[in-house]
Amino acid sequence: MDESKKPKAISRRKFIKGVGTGIVGTYVVPSALSAIGKEEKKGPKEDWIPISLTVNGKKVRVKVEPRMTLAELLREELELTGTKVVCNRGECGGCTVVLDGKAVYSCHILALDADGKEVLTVEGLMQGEALHPLQEAFWEKDGLQCGFCTPGQIMAAYALLKRRPRPSVEEIKEGMSGNLCRCAAYPKIIESVQAAAEKMAGRSS
Amino acid sequence: MKKSKFNIVGKPVIRQDGLEKVTGQAKFADDINYPNQLYGVMVRVPVAHAKIRSIDYSAIENHPALTTICDANDIPGAKKVGPIKQDQPIFCYQKIVTPGDVVAMLVGESEEELLRLRELVNVEYEPLPVLTDPRKALEPDAPLIHPELGSNLVIHHPLRKGDVEKGFAESDYILEQTYTTPFIEHAYIEPEAVIAIPREGNKGVHIVGSIQNPYTTRKVVAAVLGWPLAKVRIQQAELGGSFGGKDDIMNILSARAAVAALKTGRPVKIRYRREESIQESYKRHAYYMHYKVGFTREGKIKAMKIDIIADGGAYSSMTPFVTWRTVVQATGPYEIENVWTDVRGVYTNNPYAGAMRGFGSPQPIFAQESIMDEIAVQLGMTPDEIRRINGFRSGSITATGQKLEKHDVNVLTVLETAVRETDFARRWRENQQQTKKRLDLAALEEAAANPGPFILHKEDFLEPEEVLRKGIGLAVSFRGTSLGAEGVDAVAAYLSLQQDGSAYLLSGLAENGQGMRTTYSIIAAEVLGLRPEDIYYLDLDTGYVGDSGPTVASRATLMGGGATKVAAETLRQRLEKVLRRHWNLPETTNFVFADRTVYPENQPDRKIAFAELCNLAYWEGVNLATIGWYSGPKVHWDESVGQGPAYFTYVYGCQVAEVTVNLSTGEVYVERVVAVHDPGTVINLLGAQGQVYGGVTQGAGYGLWEEISVDQGFIRELNFDQYLIPTSKDIGEIVPIFVEGEERYGAWGAKSLGEPTLELTAAAIANAVRNATGRRFHHLPLNLEEILLGRKLYPTSKRGSV
Ligand code: FES
Ligand code: FES
Repeated sequence: MDESKKPKAISRRKFIKGVGTGIVGTYVVPSALSAIGKEEKKGPKEDWIPISLTVNGKKVRVKVEPRMTLAELLREELELTGTKVVCNRGECGGCTVVLDGKAVYSCHILALDADGKEVLTVEGLMQGEALHPLQEAFWEKDGLQCGFCTPGQIMAAYALLKRRPRPSVEEIKEGMSGNLCRCAAYPKIIESVQAAAEKMAGRSS
Repeated sequence: MKKSKFNIVGKPVIRQDGLEKVTGQAKFADDINYPNQLYGVMVRVPVAHAKIRSIDYSAIENHPALTTICDANDIPGAKKVGPIKQDQPIFCYQKIVTPGDVVAMLVGESEEELLRLRELVNVEYEPLPVLTDPRKALEPDAPLIHPELGSNLVIHHPLRKGDVEKGFAESDYILEQTYTTPFIEHAYIEPEAVIAIPREGNKGVHIVGSIQNPYTTRKVVAAVLGWPLAKVRIQQAELGGSFGGKDDIMNILSARAAVAALKTGRPVKIRYRREESIQESYKRHAYYMHYKVGFTREGKIKAMKIDIIADGGAYSSMTPFVTWRTVVQATGPYEIENVWTDVRGVYTNNPYAGAMRGFGSPQPIFAQESIMDEIAVQLGMTPDEIRRINGFRSGSITATGQKLEKHDVNVLTVLETAVRETDFARRWRENQQQTKKRLDLAALEEAAANPGPFILHKEDFLEPEEVLRKGIGLAVSFRGTSLGAEGVDAVAAYLSLQQDGSAYLLSGLAENGQGMRTTYSIIAAEVLGLRPEDIYYLDLDTGYVGDSGPTVASRATLMGGGATKVAAETLRQRLEKVLRRHWNLPETTNFVFADRTVYPENQPDRKIAFAELCNLAYWEGVNLATIGWYSGPKVHWDESVGQGPAYFTYVYGCQVAEVTVNLSTGEVYVERVVAVHDPGTVINLLGAQGQVYGGVTQGAGYGLWEEISVDQGFIRELNFDQYLIPTSKDIGEIVPIFVEGEERYGAWGAKSLGEPTLELTAAAIANAVRNATGRRFHHLPLNLEEILLGRKLYPTSKRGSV
């Protein structure tokens, strides 16, 4: 079993958010902030804090609620719904985005902590009409079934290939093991990452 | 050779919905928002069994964050629903029967506010004794979960064939064993989400959601609202996995959202977080299985007596159908003269159980295939030998008295293919001979209890080869395709050709991420000589095409594929007629449709572009749209003795698992699974491979890690930190091999694959572990504790584990 699946000690996020627990343990739905957030007049936003960051190459200035996660900021405030929330607990990789070049679980990072940083999501991969080689490869090699985990898989692979442009199968398995796929397209995900690495090497040379 | 007659069928075709999915543009239910939308948040009571005395909302009633509250009093129609028995309330009003139960829903603009408010709802209740052990459900003093039914029995399926007592008397050996399997969570990666939108005037309600079976959802919502079916429109959003799991739960969530939407006149969204999803959604049944088998010295099975209890949990859901498949298949793909089977589904206060990929087969396959290996070991045979002696052949009679005929009965073919591919018998025998030195647990425990001067000597250390043991194991199955005697089996497919040769396609079955759209597009493209990308698959909406029943039982390819082919052939005939007229060709002319062109079979040079032909037909006023209809042949069934032709055809599979067991940690690593399946004709090769990878991996999860354990009705594993599903690192290699047997039903004999791939893996792994360790494990999952200690460990509220 890999690291990401071991039961963890109390996480920072859980600590921060572990108020108002219902019978479901730490069940809190902070993304409900959207309802307040979208229409400024409605919610008291005094305690919201302005941040600025770069998202998919664009400068964004936005006010965030202190407990808001990066995933919520992306999905609810910026309406970039490509990034998915699956476990909301840093266990599955469904929410993976690239933050300053590294893959992170966006459900597990406060929006505040992205202040001044650069975020890349699945929506930012295409160059105009052209798919990114990773997107091409996942499509051609059928590295998906239902596709819900796919944005996270692609972003994890993006960071992996940044770090290791020609990874071995073992390195891919290792590097992608923080991203769950219940459809278990794993063999084809691995093939897709290999194919993308080849495409990218070919293009840059 | 079979393949040569096709242009596209059986070739790798990239999926239709790939582009949206790799770009993040695909709209899953929670990605969709409507202006003015409200949220619904559930109110639950932390108790497994109780009588509701009163619900008091006075603390929150006037709170500005609350738009309204919905509970059972707001339901104009059916207060309870269910696919077979209507025993599940939309909102509980008499009793709570499991902790996932919901008594009310708060509706407002801010989910976060509502979550705070729900803590202030005061539900007064009277706790009742909790029933968690299904084996005690039928005892006379057991608490009744649904007192109005008079018993906790959901269903009893008996099967009586031959004379088991005579069979046992004729046997040289008798083996009796008990096996158990736990509740399993579907763990679809997308949690539930749905939005109900009230429509103008008298137009009813529109529902968009992560819905597996839109027609079933429509029935439930219409019943709850007391409306005609046609006033409820269900649209399936892109579905992030289902595996049988987005049926009942989504019907109920849709109904709650609809009630709230109509009450407030605004769109209402419900979306679950993982914890809530696991808490309320249904599971794969936990089974308790007792098998008694009599066999001769030569290895012939003479009699089998089976007693199975299935834990249905708090509501009946699909339990009667799930257990029905169990009774049909419980003896495995073996000819057995004398069979006596009882399968009982019962109510408890546990989470309710319903449909999940496999649908009543993974459990008995684990038991029955384990026992087959035990018989082999006892007789000094290899596992393949014992199966060769007893396996079905063409003309064999099943336990339900059905003669297997008119299709390739490929049990032994898939077995031989798998055995050859893996050099099975030789390796199995070799592993059986491994040094028998094992960790002396008793000595270790004693040493721990009497800590003296603890000095380790060289001989206390195990050599790696003593710690890491190799094992190989196999499992075989037969599986009835489609619904069988479970229900009406008919499917619609709508196909409409456009003037320029492009086409719309839509079937009444639902894409659950399995690649069904691509499969149907390939079928239509094959018939019409198009490319799959010429076919535009429409979003499923109950307003467009006839009720085709549920997308379950691996029926999508067989039934929906059949309907698509009928539709495509109908339009092809219309086009042929136009062309004959146009070119003045005799009635007898046959045409070839290929590469977006059409030509008479005997005049390959006289070509017309498909687009041009469509245009021609269009201007002649020919109807270029049609609905193809495919219905399965009738099957009959005698419920009292479990006899009859249960399904109209079957598929066959054999999987071989190769494992390494670490005897010092209890870890089982799956090195390789060879999966040989006969799904009939393979339509969509990439999709078929994907089904094998997915099924085998989920099957391995079932075998080794996954378990929903319940403490007084409460689920312990509420997220992926506790509920462990396989990652990319957990399984070595998976090798899919297809043996395409002849079949007369469906599109060119294409049957099913999704479920057969899952049902075998846990059993094959358990047999491989037996081969590696010399020990038989009777309780899934074979996790570290099970292998090391022979029992499960669960966290308790106190320190330590039990
Ligand atoms: S949703 Fe962020 S890791 Fe699972
Ligand atoms: S493709 Fe469905 S979860 Fe990965």
